[in-house]
Amino acid sequence: MMPILSDKYRSSRTLGVQFPFGHSFGAVDDPEMQRRTLDAALQLLVDAPGPETRVDVDEQWPGDAREAYKNWQPDEPSPIVLHSMEMIRQARAAAKPQS
Amino acid sequence: MFGAVTLDSYAFLPRAFRTMFEAAPQFEHEPIWADFTKPLNQARIGLLSSAGIFIQGEQDGFDVERERQEPTWGDPTLRPIRSNVCQADIGATHLHIRTDDLLRDIDVALPINRLGELVADGRVGSAAPEHFSVMGFQQDGAEVWRTTTGPEIAARCHAAEIDALILAPA
Repeated sequence: MMPILSDKYRSSRTLGVQFPFGHSFGAVDDPEMQRRTLDAALQLLVDAPGPETRVDVDEQWPGDAREAYKNWQPDEPSPIVLHSMEMIRQARAAAKPQS
Repeated sequence: MFGAVTLDSYAFLPRAFRTMFEAAPQFEHEPIWADFTKPLNQARIGLLSSAGIFIQGEQDGFDVERERQEPTWGDPTLRPIRSNVCQADIGATHLHIRTDDLLRDIDVALPINRLGELVADGRVGSAAPEHFSVMGFQQDGAEVWRTTTGPEIAARCHAAEIDALILAPA
């Protein structure tokens, strides 16, 4: 999903996919896409020559990417997002010059 | 790194979070590696998803109420998912992603049915009798992951003679 993080953690074998969060293997009711992704992961398991091997899958998400971007996100922001937004708000308020 | 394509890791990430991930440190530990020498068609393969999947009626969901109270905490516990679980019995608790699609089709996140097909086709030797589900958001709960959940997954893999575990972040 975010293979750049695997790079940072120096993972042994990483298959990168550009799919929306929650859909690591592909789209709903698309067994062929899911199977291609799983098969690519298994092939990487066999073929990787050594540590920090990364292969990115050359497959576009089917359908409208903007819709997919919206659709993976929950209706309510997660607690850590709300918490972070509050921290930012407080920091901005503290930095504001007193009148 | 090898391969002809380099994708955009941030394509589906809200722009506000990009800086945070870009600023994440580069780890400098020793390379992690285990050879995989067994032919795939003789190997037993397991799957792990961080999509917060559990089996309804048999397992509790992940503790999202505590996460709501403690936003920097994520439930670090484990849910084993047997390989023949029915779609109708699948539940999911995750506050960071929508789970509608995986509640309809578990294979988007934990492809137990696709793995079964690859076994039936002779591409893979066998599927693990149970796969693994965790909740992906780990911050304050990460120490439990290191000391308890991770070792428990490893022990279960050894007991089930799993040759490789495919880790799938949600």
